[in-house]
Amino acid sequence: MGRSKVDLAIFVGKRVVWFVPVLFGLITITFFAGHASVRNPCAVWVGPHASPDTVRNCIEYFGVNRPVWDQYTGYLSNLFQGNWGKDPQGGQPVLPIILTLFPATIELLLAALFLMVVLGIPLGVIAANAGGRWPDHLVRLFYLGGWATPAYLGAVVLAIGIGPVLGLPNSGDFSSTPDPGWQLTHMSILDSILRLDTGALVDAIAHLILPAASLALLNLGIATRMTRSSMLEVLPLDYVKTARMKGLSDFWVLYKHALRNSLISTVTVLGTTAGSLLSWIVVVEEIFLWPGIGKYAFDSILSYNFAGTLGVVVFFAIVVVVANLVSDVLYGVLDPRVEWR
Amino acid sequence: MGETVQPSWLSGSRTRLWSAARAARGLYRVLRANPLTFVGFLMVAFIAILAFLIVAVPFVTGLFGPPVSILPHDPNELLPCAIPTECATSPSAQYWFGTDNVGRDMFSRVLAALPLDLAIGFGVAGFALLVGTGLGLVAGFWDTPGTLGGALSIAIMRITDMFLAFPSLVLALAIAASLGRGTGPALIAIMITWWPFYVRLVRGEVLAVKHLPYVAAARAAGVSGIQILFRHVFRNILEPLVVYYTMDVGTVIVTFSTISFIGIGVPPTVPEWGGMVEAYEKLLLTAPWTVLAPGAAIFLTVLAFSLLGDGLRDILDPRSRRALVQTTTAPGLASKGAAEA
Repeated sequence: MGRSKVDLAIFVGKRVVWFVPVLFGLITITFFAGHASVRNPCAVWVGPHASPDTVRNCIEYFGVNRPVWDQYTGYLSNLFQGNWGKDPQGGQPVLPIILTLFPATIELLLAALFLMVVLGIPLGVIAANAGGRWPDHLVRLFYLGGWATPAYLGAVVLAIGIGPVLGLPNSGDFSSTPDPGWQLTHMSILDSILRLDTGALVDAIAHLILPAASLALLNLGIATRMTRSSMLEVLPLDYVKTARMKGLSDFWVLYKHALRNSLISTVTVLGTTAGSLLSWIVVVEEIFLWPGIGKYAFDSILSYNFAGTLGVVVFFAIVVVVANLVSDVLYGVLDPRVEWR
Repeated sequence: MGETVQPSWLSGSRTRLWSAARAARGLYRVLRANPLTFVGFLMVAFIAILAFLIVAVPFVTGLFGPPVSILPHDPNELLPCAIPTECATSPSAQYWFGTDNVGRDMFSRVLAALPLDLAIGFGVAGFALLVGTGLGLVAGFWDTPGTLGGALSIAIMRITDMFLAFPSLVLALAIAASLGRGTGPALIAIMITWWPFYVRLVRGEVLAVKHLPYVAAARAAGVSGIQILFRHVFRNILEPLVVYYTMDVGTVIVTFSTISFIGIGVPPTVPEWGGMVEAYEKLLLTAPWTVLAPGAAIFLTVLAFSLLGDGLRDILDPRSRRALVQTTTAPGLASKGAAEA
């Protein structure tokens, strides 16, 4: 129980070990929910007009006629060896598909978090500074309004209603397919910066801004509310009063003195938010046709693609755990009073 | 005390009346403290009464003759128009929210969906409240290691953590899609994924309360464990529970409508807000009212619950209440009302 590197390593190690039963449970729930209720997924996969032979081949190939328990243990042992099953439509292995799509999703996620920070934190400061007066109410109305807008509604309005008006594209991450070998990181903005290609950079931002905005605006409240409540705790403290009495400007007092001390909890909460944003990313990516994991999850879930669905569940669980772990570690790094345990 | 002795039944009813009046006054003070909270309260009351009338009026009038609906049109009735697929008319005095592309009255459709969405919000959140509170009380109160309760408590928390480690909407989608499509599977899927939040909340509150001196005093006085749990602990954690439940009704409605939007919730013939946004999203540019009417309905409903819950939380939470009182020039803000609420 201390702050040495060993303590940190033990802390991280414990969390990673603890993750194994969590993952196991999630796989079990998702697996049995799917396989127990849909007896013959091959009928769906090959379509209604397929010949009986095709169906029989499909059943043989994917082994869906084996007892559910056999399939379950088989899936688990394969998963352990890095074989996450095959996509029934194209027959490709699931893990490489997910890994290829991952950078696009991370890019969207980071862009949304960035917008939440630049917009949400100042709003929280304004609200706390005006505690109980009309700017406070206005900010509250604004972020609760975002909260009350379902992600699909905001995304549909932005994609179909507002995007065309502003002349912004509303699908994909580039206007044209780039040359093979062009994409190094598979993150459109990072790629164009690495290539020093301003045209592509503008294009990438134009594609990213609407999906990121629809994710960020709807969840702005998380950053705003957290900043507001921790600012409310800091503002009455003596050192803030001293700063005000010295005659420092409002801006300086709020952003240099008070905000620094109240930022810790906001940073932490953003890490956990990244995990919960994954829920909405599924919907937003589908509406904007963003080529990421969310869209793949959406398509897999709707087409009874069990391997794909399970793969996304496993992968999302890993992302959530990593995001939470990062935010916990960050909290400890930022706040010297925290001990690793 | 005066000379006259009141009959006991009279004084009893007076006490009851007086405490009811005191509760009403407490509620009024809470609401007056923040105008937005008051607006939220009015909106929730209006929505609940409207939903009740939509269901109750046809039922009651049906007992005495042909049922009379307070909706101006049948939500699935096709109103007369020339070209069967291009019947969308803009809002008018006759059709307040216009008609959709096959000529159904949008106003009636939006209102017809209200009881369903509201009942699901209250019902699923209520189910989660019951299950989660029960498990959370057990996990928090009997958590002595090495006893049966301790083992049970660990088991409950492990399963809860498993669900909390994952974006709930994705899990609900995966479960709903594999259970088959329809209102029932969507409901079951949300219920399966919803209760863990309450377990965490209730357990945390119980752990905070159960070591307070008054609980120790009750224990020393020989009060049994069950009685302490319900009379001394449970009553003192009700406030945060009520606040969370209020906000949660809105969140459940958003989640349920998202599942419908994706197309695996309610069947297309049943009016539901998320399903309507999905059905009409292509019309957003040509007939925007078809998307904006159900969108506004869900927005206002969720906003009402968020305003009410968010305001209650600020007022009931002693930490942010103290901070608010100290920073604002208006002292006494909500402090009295919250003490009585």
